[in-house]
Amino acid sequence: MRRLTWSDVTPQPAWLNRRQLIAGAAALAASPALARIEAAPSRYSTDAKPTALEDITSYNNFYEFGTGKGDPAKYAGGLTVDPWSVVIDGLVDKPGTYDLADVIKGQPLEERIYRFRCVEAWAMVVPWIGFELAGLLNRVGVQPSAKFVAFETLVRPEEMPGQKSPFIDWPYREGLRLDEAMHPLTILATGLYGEEMPKQNGAPIRLVVPWKYGFKSIKSIVRISLVDKMPRTTWNMLQPSEYGFYSNVNPKVSHPRWSQASERVIGSGLFGGRQDTLMFNGYEAEVAGLYSGMDLKANY
Amino acid sequence: MDGVNRLARKVPTWVVYLLGLVPLGYLIWGAVAGGLGPDPVKAIEHALGERGLQFLLASLAVTPLRRLGLNLVRFRRALGLLAFLYVALHLTAWVWLDMGLRFGEMATDLTKRPYIIAGMVGFVVMLPLAATSWNGAIRRMGAVAWNRLHRLAYVAILAGVLHLSLLVKVWTVETLVYVALALGLLAVRLVPKAGRARPAGV
Ligand code: HEM
Repeated sequence: MRRLTWSDVTPQPAWLNRRQLIAGAAALAASPALARIEAAPSRYSTDAKPTALEDITSYNNFYEFGTGKGDPAKYAGGLTVDPWSVVIDGLVDKPGTYDLADVIKGQPLEERIYRFRCVEAWAMVVPWIGFELAGLLNRVGVQPSAKFVAFETLVRPEEMPGQKSPFIDWPYREGLRLDEAMHPLTILATGLYGEEMPKQNGAPIRLVVPWKYGFKSIKSIVRISLVDKMPRTTWNMLQPSEYGFYSNVNPKVSHPRWSQASERVIGSGLFGGRQDTLMFNGYEAEVAGLYSGMDLKANY
Repeated sequence: MDGVNRLARKVPTWVVYLLGLVPLGYLIWGAVAGGLGPDPVKAIEHALGERGLQFLLASLAVTPLRRLGLNLVRFRRALGLLAFLYVALHLTAWVWLDMGLRFGEMATDLTKRPYIIAGMVGFVVMLPLAATSWNGAIRRMGAVAWNRLHRLAYVAILAGVLHLSLLVKVWTVETLVYVALALGLLAVRLVPKAGRARPAGV
């Protein structure tokens, strides 16, 4: 029997809001054939209408599979995500190689419907399933000298054809300041739209930091290191003048290539036009405090 | 080669115009039928820009090809005008579909984004070329002045590939091929013609 997917049960236009999603989840719970993920709703979810699943899973920047937006959907199918382990090392009490199940163990899964803003000036709304990174960090024990968290994506050129490109120094690297990593909005996501994470979206586990440009939300994570110095990050290594370490969504600080004042909404069609970009992607109330006193123009 | 040239002489130029419009028809069909993926705006903008670049390269390949014995000069105007059409539509897509007629933001982009400035230079220098593309213009201007003016095509292709190089986030083989073709087609023009290299009167 073909495995049912979420979209088999609910027509796309019905993806209206969280409440409907949960109503749908209740209906689905009756179906035993489904690998649905149970997740509690979250007060951090936006009421904005989620982007269609089809768009979220066919419009991706995941250069491990190619530079085209359609490349990840085309080529990620061959990625082995089971078994999967994550090395957690550096300034932690319990370093080690953790099996994915062990990483997730005991962490309360929530559905977080977040705005997602790419540095290329397009935006989506994604109903992620995940848990707070802080939960994991607390479990492994962050030592007082740790100031930053560094992340790495899997390197496996046999399965990730984009990694044959010599123009990027693999692995893909990202990083957060420790207080950013511990913020309740910062999650490790293991699914979206109520199901396991699609491979093109960063299966089996990825970071989501909704107030930063999308490239900070590193995918298919195999390493999390607690460190005392600001880690090197891939886009910053490629173009330091364009991609800063912080890369907070900020309509007032323009990228040399893109004005960040406005954004196109994926799924809004040919004549959808643009909408104004919000400070910290609309999460100003929650995160502005992290940067009080900092010059956001200098620390872009 | 002679056979190819003979064949090329038989092909009416409208065939080139017609073939050149096929990708446009394809795009319009895609836009209407909804086959352009999650981001039809970028798909259209990208396709139009890429066709513009390709036709610009094709029109600039005519002269070097003639030196190799392949005569396609009859089609050069069609190739150039198709390039202009696609670039003009590319600009229209930017103004209308991409920027959503946000003129303030466009003005900022036109002064602050190097890749937009380069693209605009490419478009602007193509305007006089398109405007003087009819036979009467050649007659009125005289062949020498007309030829000199049409060297602006070199500026257009340089601006085009500069635009492309500035806007891609990482280098790809595709981008490098376009840049190499453009520079190659300009470089061969620096090679002196065999006839002219010899001292006059000898
Ligand atoms: C000679 C003139 C031009 C040529 C040959 C040209 C060519 C191209 C090509 C090939 C692309 C696709 C690049 C890619 O996505 O890989 C592109 C993208 C683009 N061009 Fe042009 N272009 C020209 C003029 C212009 C002008 C006048 C504008 C606007 C003022 C413009 C704005 C853009 C924009 C916004 C993109 C998309 C960038 C993105 O992906 O976000 N171009 N162009």
